[in-house]
Formats: sequence, structure tokens, C-alpha cells
Amino acid sequence: MSTTLNRVGLPRDAYKGAATTLCAGCGHNSITNHMTKALYELGVEPHRLAKMSGIGCSSKTPAYFVESAHGFNGVHGRMPALTTGAQIANRQLIMLGVSGDGDTASIGLGQFMHMIRRNVDCTYIIEDNGTYGLTKGQFSATADLGSVQKKGAVNTFQPIDPCAVAITLGCSFVARSFSGDGKQVVPLIKAAIAHRGTAIIDIISPCVTFNDHDGSTKSYSWVKDHEESIADVSFIPYFEEVHVDYEPGTIRDVELHDGSHILLRKLGEDHDPSDRHAAMRVIEEGRAAGHLVTGLLYLDTTMADFATTEHIPERPLKDLGDAELRPTRDQFTQFMSEFA
Amino acid sequence: MLLQTRKIVNPRQIRDKLTQHIINDLTIQSATVNGSGSQTANLVLTRAIFHMGIPVAPKNVFPSNIEGLPTWYQLRVTPEGHMARSDKVDILVAFNPATWHQDLDTVRPGGVVIHEEVFSKAEVRSDVTYYPVPFSKLAKSKIQNDTLRKQLANMIYVGVVAGVLGIPLEALEHGVKRQFLSKPKAVQVNVDAIKVGYDYWQDNFSKTDPYRLEPMTGAVEGKVLVEGNQAAALGAIMGGVTVAAWYPITPSSSLCENLIAYSERFRTDPKTGEKLISIVQAEDELAAVGMAIGAGWAGARSMTSTSGPGISLMAEFAGLAYYAEVPVVIFDIQRIGPSTGLPTRTSQADVAFAFTLSHGDTRHIVLLPGTVEECYEFARDAFDYADRFQTPVFVLSDLDLGMNLWMTPEFKYPEKPIDRGKVLSKEDLERMAGDWGRYRDVDGDGVPYRTLPGTDHPAAGYFTRGSGHDESARYTESADAYARNMDRLVRKLETARPTLPAPVVDESTKSSVGVIAFGSTHAAILEAREALAAAGSPVDYLRLRALPLSDEVAAFVSRHERVYVVEQNRDGQVYDLVRLALPAQLVERLHSIRHYNGQPIPAAAITEPLLPKEAVTA
Repeated sequence: MSTTLNRVGLPRDAYKGAATTLCAGCGHNSITNHMTKALYELGVEPHRLAKMSGIGCSSKTPAYFVESAHGFNGVHGRMPALTTGAQIANRQLIMLGVSGDGDTASIGLGQFMHMIRRNVDCTYIIEDNGTYGLTKGQFSATADLGSVQKKGAVNTFQPIDPCAVAITLGCSFVARSFSGDGKQVVPLIKAAIAHRGTAIIDIISPCVTFNDHDGSTKSYSWVKDHEESIADVSFIPYFEEVHVDYEPGTIRDVELHDGSHILLRKLGEDHDPSDRHAAMRVIEEGRAAGHLVTGLLYLDTTMADFATTEHIPERPLKDLGDAELRPTRDQFTQFMSEFA
Repeated sequence: MLLQTRKIVNPRQIRDKLTQHIINDLTIQSATVNGSGSQTANLVLTRAIFHMGIPVAPKNVFPSNIEGLPTWYQLRVTPEGHMARSDKVDILVAFNPATWHQDLDTVRPGGVVIHEEVFSKAEVRSDVTYYPVPFSKLAKSKIQNDTLRKQLANMIYVGVVAGVLGIPLEALEHGVKRQFLSKPKAVQVNVDAIKVGYDYWQDNFSKTDPYRLEPMTGAVEGKVLVEGNQAAALGAIMGGVTVAAWYPITPSSSLCENLIAYSERFRTDPKTGEKLISIVQAEDELAAVGMAIGAGWAGARSMTSTSGPGISLMAEFAGLAYYAEVPVVIFDIQRIGPSTGLPTRTSQADVAFAFTLSHGDTRHIVLLPGTVEECYEFARDAFDYADRFQTPVFVLSDLDLGMNLWMTPEFKYPEKPIDRGKVLSKEDLERMAGDWGRYRDVDGDGVPYRTLPGTDHPAAGYFTRGSGHDESARYTESADAYARNMDRLVRKLETARPTLPAPVVDESTKSSVGVIAFGSTHAAILEAREALAAAGSPVDYLRLRALPLSDEVAAFVSRHERVYVVEQNRDGQVYDLVRLALPAQLVERLHSIRHYNGQPIPAAAITEPLLPKEAVTA
């Protein structure tokens, strides 16, 4: 383990959490490592981090990184509401929500959509394995049509694609990746944190116990065989100088709210992440071809986040004192007299 | 023992004798069509009479409808200032052909009926005084403003009522000005419309009924007219609310709408538009309470406001906030249930549900305001209770209290600073060398210390969860840790109990009979006690103001031979709660009076079942 200190003077160990209680080989544990790496490398101050989650295997993971940060493991599918409330109570917090496919696409679909609609400033990671792990292997709403359960049952319903839903709703940051692809996931998480607004990252994360077999389209082997990256993502935080070594026309450089840069090196198809139609087309074409398209699908850096739209101050509402909260005695007296 | 809920007696069977003049003691009921603008006319009339120094008690009985269904407005006027609904109508203003015959039945013998001239007089009563007025014709011929004619037509009846009862024009003008505070341009057309009715009455009728209004002094001075939801919104502002999340539902919507209006005035920088509050219209009640809990966790003074169906949806989150110990204030403006029930009618039937809202062993702090002044005070103080005891606090108002105007003394400016409870700062943690546990009972009162997200100390962070946790907030399925935590939560509520608003006890009658009531039932109890005393059967009174129950309740029962719990629900919910809290030998002393038809409880619903039981035998 490296003892190198990051820019806020913390070693990587400071970003560790409690030992995982998930299955050995679970994709979620890889994502935990990616989050730890991203937070450490970005130099996020642990006290400013708020780790939010709902219920399920995915939602247990906030306990497994940055133990010194505050976390809130709420009720099933309602992480977005808790996150929205906490974010407006204190805009200085860095909200990191971790959810699953059941938590997001079934019980919490409404809250997921409304959070996007408001563009609440948070990173929203979906640890997507297409299955209900804790209740032992039922299909979730992201399971592909025709995919097969461990016990042989075939899924007969259309999947809900969280990325397609998010893009349709005008989400300001939509990405997809694979838990085994740290090279792609880590910069995406960093960019999502730097982004001011709701940043959705749908990370396909195979369930080694219930959904890592030949009939599943969310198994390690299926994803490895079918993954198609639309761009090589790299991220340069605001505190590092941008040195780009690239052929003109092959790199797209997007500046994020805090001055960070996300660099997209095109691979194969040229995808413009500011084009919503293109984002939907890439998803649809990938689906038709049986490919899992990964990378930054859509990004809009111009949309105001919720707290800005609500005109609340940058300083936390929680810190307001009596004098700011209560009208004066004279104002109160005047107000009461108007009821006469 | 259970007394039947009161059956409404057919007013035609009431044969009470009218005296020659009836001054300042009457009930006006206007029967109109919803969405026709009648509410403005009703309020102008209310404010005009109030301006004469006469106490008013308006009750709006409205349908769940935007336009077209019948609606009623009852304006009760009494020299004593009775605030409960009356179930006798003295003056009927019949504007709605659809309910004409039904409305006529509600008028007491000797009463007055002001009605649209064209209404059929076939099979009508001969024991009332009629003043037929061609309202439609007058509106067509006398009101020039085409776009406002429908609304202004209602003002004509205000003028007729003013003529009948002798309301001076000056008082009417005041009523109009007060009602159109924000639209001064509307004042003159409305006053003109009132004059149309006033002149028509003067020109066409001579007074043959006994009802009069005369200016009074000493009854309304220093008083204002406030709706409970306005009062609660102001209370929330004074309580320091910074995050409110809500989903529209009758009869609670006006609470957050008033909060929005008051925030524009008191929490918004007029230059920059910056707001020192965030009021979010959520996608449903689950999200509303979830946002409020998220905000409470992060240190905001947070609230949501809802009614019955919303409370049902909030049950799971209420359990989370109870068990994870997150402060949040939840207003329930009760309406008739179950299910959609009667969405625009009043009720006190959420008490038992709210008290234990959630699966699992759960007990909440429930505040029970009985006046609009208490809607203000309890709303304000609820935020302190929530922060002090790190738990959801329910404020149970109802449609009658929340949406009707009530005469009240002006509210008092808070003398106490805002209380944030046991929150550890960075400096506290440094002093303690980081040695703390989120759920440790350091002070032996069951109330732990908490830190807020954003506190810059390595020991500040902890993991909040609705799953089993130990004193350091770590996940555990330990049997002992679970039981210890649940026992501490009991201790915490016991710490809270004596600090909650104490029952208000009046034992001045020295009677062996007592009544217990809470919430908006208070108004009817006050009036019923006067009537019972006048009938020679005075009763003592304990007004409950919070759950869990104060020890005062059992003590009150022990000092009386019979105690009647009066409440506006079918099952006697508080009667049950009180029985459970009594020692076995006192249980038999408790009796139950229940009113649950959705209309605010009248005093007669208490005196009628009680008097036969308690009448003094000569």
C-alpha cells in the first residue's frame, strides 16, 4: 500500500472503510476500490463527503470506503430523497450516492427520475448486476429480455436501461462502465464528482453468486466479450495543469464546473457527448448489436444544479443563526397586525 | 362504556321559542356553488362583522371539487365568542338551486331565508321569514363589469345580509379593503356590488325578523383572525425552518403555500433573490419526508406537511427517522379517512396511527394544538423538540383548525433562542480527543450526541443506518445491542415526556365529572361546559396537548368519578390510549364520546349524550 500523501495530506489508507461483507469476487467490491482510488486521488476531504445509499448489496458498500466520512444507509429506493434533502441543507457537502439496479430501476425509479429532473448536485453510482442478490437471485428490472436465472428461469420482460432513462430526462451527466474496468471507472467517478449536477454512472457489476453464468448478460464473461468502449476517458482535476499529448481531432476536452477537464480519446466511432440524440443512438445501436457500450454517453455542463435553481446560498443552510432565521420583533408585530 | 355518536336532529322538530330581538347571537349559512367566487363574499362579511367588534367563528364546508358542486359557509356570531360549529341556522342565504330544499330544512323555526327569487316556493316552510331577491337580474342589470359579474354577484348577497342585520356601510368597506389588501383596485367594484344588494333590500323590504347586529366593545380588541395553517407556517418560520419538502394534499397544502409566501417576505433577499430556506414540492409524500429527513440529518431545521394518505405513505421513513434518530417535523392536517375518505372534511382519526407510525416498536412525540395560537407555538417548538430529542415530531392539526379562520389573541414573539440539542462541534470533538459514540447514552437521559456531516474532525463521521447498530453506529445483529438500543429509545422518550406541552387542567367546578379532549374539539368543549354548568351539571376539563400521555391524565381521572373522553373519530383512539395508561381500578371511570361525520364537532354533540347521564336528580 502506497504511503504517498494526496494533496490534502492524506494517505490512501485514510480512504479505506470497514471490511466488505459481500461475496468474494463481487463486482461491487471492485467498484468500492475504484471509488476509494478516485476519492484519494482527487483529494476529497473526508469530512465533506456524504455517502448515501438505499437498500441492497450495493447500498451496503458505503460502509466499505472512507470510514471517517458521514454515511446514510436509508430505505429501499429512497436514496435520492435523502440526498436531495442533505444537499440543500449543506451545499458544501460532496454527495456520493451508491445504489443498485433494484434500488434504482424498480422501487426507486420515481425518485431516480425526479432527482435527475431537479439536477441535484450528486454522483449517483448504480452497481448494476441485473439481479436481487440479498434476496437470493430474483430478476431485477435491468435484466435483459431472455437472460436466464441461475435456476433456469428466463426473463420475459423488457429491461429498463437507467442510462437511456436518464438521457431522456435530460440528465446532465450520463456514463456507463464495467466494474472490471478501473481504467475507465476511476476517471468517470472523478469527473462525476467534479460535475455540478446529477451525474449518473451505471456500472455493470456481475453478481458472482446469482448472475455470473452463461445465460446472464451481466456476467464477467459476457461483458468481456461484448464491451464496446465509445471513448477512452481520462480526467485532469482542476489542481493539475492540463498537458495533453494528442493528435488534433482525436481528443475532446470538456471543462467541468470546478475547472477540471475530462478528456475523451475517441475509439472507433466518434461520439459527441454533448449530443443527446447521438447518446441515445449509441445506446440503441449497441443494444441491437448485442454490445455493451461504455464511456461517457452524455454531458451538459451548462445546466444549473438544484440548489442554484432554488437560490439558496453557498454557505450551508444548517449554519444560519437565530437572527437570520427569525423576523425581528418589529417585523413580527407588523405582520401580526395585518391579520386584524 | 361507549356512547353512541350523536344523530343530527331534524331542525323542524326543534321548537325553541324566539325572543323578540336576537342581537349578535346568530348563525348565517350561505349555500353557494363551488368555484363561483362566494368565498370572497363570505370573508368580506366575516371581516365586516368582526370589525363591528362582534366575535365571529366561520366554518367553510366545501366539496372536493374545483367548480360546480355545492358548498356552504357557516358564519357563527356570538357575544361570548363561541368558536365551535353551531348546528342550527338562523339566516340562510340560498344561492344554489341544487340544494335549495335541503338547505331550507336546516333553518330553525323563526329563522330568515334570503334566496334567489326564482327558486320554487312550492312545498316550502311557513315558519321562516323569506326575503326573495332577484340576484341574477340585479347582477345583469347593475354590474357593468362583464368579466367579474359572476364573482361580484356574490357581493350582492353581502349587501342584502347587511341590510337585514344592520351592518353599517363603513364596516363593509373595511371588510372589502381588508380582503383585497393586495388588490386595492378591486375595492370599489366590490363595494359597489354590495351597495346593489343593500339598496335592493332597503327599497323592497321592511324588517319582519328578530335578528340584529349591533357594534360591541370588549370582545375582539387585540384579537386577529388567523387560519391554523397560517399560524403553523408562521410558527415554522419562527422555529427556524430551513428545509421544507411537501406534496400537495388537502387540507395541508395551504400550510406550505403560506410558508412560501412568508419566506418571500422574511427569508428572501430582495436584491439578490437569495433564499435562506428551501421549500421543495416533492414528487410524492415518500420523497417529501425523505428530503426532510435527509435535511434534518445534515443539520437543517426540516419539516414536511401532509394529511392522512400522506401519513400512510410516510410510515417507513418515520420508522427510519425514529430508529436512526434523525430530527424532522411532520405536520398532519387531519381529514376524514380511511383511504381517500372525505378529503375536505375534518377528523381526529390519525392520532393512534401517527403515535406509532412505522412497523416495529415505535413511539413518536405527537403535539396536539387545540387553538390557532397553539398551531403557531407548537409548530415553532416542534423544531426544538425534534433537535433536542433527535426524533420525528408530529404536529396533529386538522381541517377545521387548519383551514378555517379563528379569532385569536395576537401571537407572541419567541423569548427563547432556537435549541439545536446535543450537537458536537469540531472543538467539542477536539476536547474529547475524538472519543464519542453516536448512540452512547452519556448523560443517562437516553439522548445521545450527534455530529453533523461537514464537521471537520476525523472522528466526526459515522454511518447512519436503519439496520441494527451499536453505540458507535456500527452494523450489528447482536441481540444485546439491539435490546440495549431499544431500551435507550424508551428512556429518551421518557426524558421527552415531561418536557412536552402539559395538559391544561381546569378543576374549578369541583365536579365529580370530568371531560378529556384535545385539538379542535376544544372549542366545542368550552361551549358545552357553559351549557352543562347552566343546566346544573358542571364538568371539569383536562385538555391533552401531547403524546406520549402526561402523568397528569391518570391523576385527573383519579380525582373524578366519571371522565368522558371526547374526540372526533369513530373508534375512541385517545380513549383507548388513556385506558391503557390507567391503573386497572380507574379504567371503569372512563367513558367515550365520539363524533365522526366530518363536520366540526358542535357543543350539542357533547351536551346531548352527557346531560342525560349527568343530570342532577332533584
